[in-house]
Amino acid sequence: MPDQPPSPTIELRELSRVFPTEPPVRALEGVDLTIYNGDWIAIEGPSGSGKSTLLNVLGCLDRHTSGTYLFEGMDVSTLTDRERAGLRGRRIGFVFQSFHLLGHRSVLENVMMAEVYRHQSRHERRTRATTALEKVGLGHRPDFMPTRLSGGEQQRVAVARALLGAPSVLLCDEPTGNLDSKTSDMILDLFAELHEEGYTIAMITHDSDIAQRAERRIHITDGHLQEAS
Amino acid sequence: MRFRFQRKKSTDRSGDLSGITAVDLLDEVSAGLFARPGRMILTVSGTVIGIAALVATLGLARTAGNRILGRFDELAATEIYVTTQPVADGETPEHLPWDSPERMQRLEGVVAAGNLATVDTNGALISTSPISDPATQTEFELPVQAASPGMFNAVRAKVANGRLIDEGNSQRADHVAVLGSGAAIRLGITSVAQMPALRIGDELYSIIGIIDRVARQQDLMGAVIIPEGTARKEYGVTTPDLVVIETQIGAATLIAKQTPLALRPDNVTVLKIASPSEPKRVKDAVVNDLNTLFLLLGGVSLLVGAIGIANVTLVSVMERTGEIGLRRAIGATRLHIATQFLLESTSMGFVGGVIGASLGTFVVVGVAAFQGWTPVLNPVMPILAPVGGAVIGLLSGTYPALRAARMEPVAALRTGT
Repeated sequence: MPDQPPSPTIELRELSRVFPTEPPVRALEGVDLTIYNGDWIAIEGPSGSGKSTLLNVLGCLDRHTSGTYLFEGMDVSTLTDRERAGLRGRRIGFVFQSFHLLGHRSVLENVMMAEVYRHQSRHERRTRATTALEKVGLGHRPDFMPTRLSGGEQQRVAVARALLGAPSVLLCDEPTGNLDSKTSDMILDLFAELHEEGYTIAMITHDSDIAQRAERRIHITDGHLQEAS
Repeated sequence: MRFRFQRKKSTDRSGDLSGITAVDLLDEVSAGLFARPGRMILTVSGTVIGIAALVATLGLARTAGNRILGRFDELAATEIYVTTQPVADGETPEHLPWDSPERMQRLEGVVAAGNLATVDTNGALISTSPISDPATQTEFELPVQAASPGMFNAVRAKVANGRLIDEGNSQRADHVAVLGSGAAIRLGITSVAQMPALRIGDELYSIIGIIDRVARQQDLMGAVIIPEGTARKEYGVTTPDLVVIETQIGAATLIAKQTPLALRPDNVTVLKIASPSEPKRVKDAVVNDLNTLFLLLGGVSLLVGAIGIANVTLVSVMERTGEIGLRRAIGATRLHIATQFLLESTSMGFVGGVIGASLGTFVVVGVAAFQGWTPVLNPVMPILAPVGGAVIGLLSGTYPALRAARMEPVAALRTGT
């Protein structure tokens, strides 16, 4: 993949998101952003800057108010809810600050959950999930319960879940927010490896130390984007 | 299973649609249920109790109702009493023929028939002891009844001791007597083994039997019963006072119509026939009263069970906010979320219904066995109860499932852990 000429995975044109409160909140305004296949991009900003809104729009968890959002050339605004859900399930891998692992399911079952809403046969699902776990270095603990893992290990399980089925982009919301600096570095090392392999990663953070590990850095302030050169 | 309720926009996108196979859905539902097994058991127990109470109360209502009806029907619906119309003072009372039992027996549907006459002993006292002891009462004023042999069958007399009066006793005008258990106690007779005797006035009678139960004519329990022939000969009894007829079930109304012609073809108007009137209506009233009460009880317990499921499912939805957010992020639609929670609550209701129906049936059979009754259960009940449980689960889960489906994934992911 790295040898292919970069093609845009995500293209935002004049995109805005206005919350219809009184007075209306313009969380995003006139956003232009292109994320190319294989990019590792960090979106930095203080709280209230609009970075979470941007992530939700990018992740098809929220609809934008105006402008254009093309996901692999497909206009997201024309999709039905079910198609957007399908897009989330197959093309986007989410990694959250609080991991969101199900405590009563084993590590392997948590990873396998990624395929549940893809209307996909269970054939070899276990093998695929094991491969994903091996990729994040947890191949030896498939039957552990998440509660017995450290925070860093839990986040790696979440990354494995996000990787299952080779999504077009990994969307990470403060992926190291709940981790100490040493563990954070390990997670970022993992992202670096994935980036090397050609994965497209978009990472939201308020921490510039984290953001500097990324290849591209974008600042968001009051709903406006500014790319660091 | 794939939820196809939205039109496909184009074929190349349909491969990207969100969907879940039936196997995966059931897997997720059972995993959700068994995530907290203790709580699931407690939740299910609410429905178990409700359904068990409903099945048990309905079953017991039917069982007990059937029991009441059985006794009520048998007795009331099969008896006819024939007397003569009362006459004004001074006029000669009409009579009943002595062969009334034979005449009645000829009618199809008559099970037993017998005459009963009160014997006027002119105040003669009854005693079992030849010696008059001034310290204790040895002479009693007891009613004396004359009965035809068929009488005992017609009132369903049960012999405690000895035997009953037979045709020969009556024809020979034997001095024999049968005591009702009440009369036997007063006279101090417990057994006929030693051939006790009693005196009516100065006449001696052998006591040949004691009866301890009658289904009709409870007066007989306190009476001294002598053969009809004896009463006619010794006391000049001219007519039976009462003819008691037991019919087959359902025959009473017809027999009652035929009776006047059978007994007094010369003058059908002098007889007074007492026959059961519409016992069915009374029976229906009894059944309805019972069923309403018990249905109410079962319904209340079921409502409590339903509220239990709704409550726990709602708590579960709140607790699993993060999980709902995650499921939305990995591709679940609102419908998928709602379906999962509905299936969870429905299966809890269904399992509760199965266990409850079994328990309820056990209770009915157990109580019936203990009481020596025949358990009566609507055969539809054990099938209907689990379905009912499932419906209750479905209804209880509707609101929580809608709450879960309406959750914004963004907010759910933010708040939940």
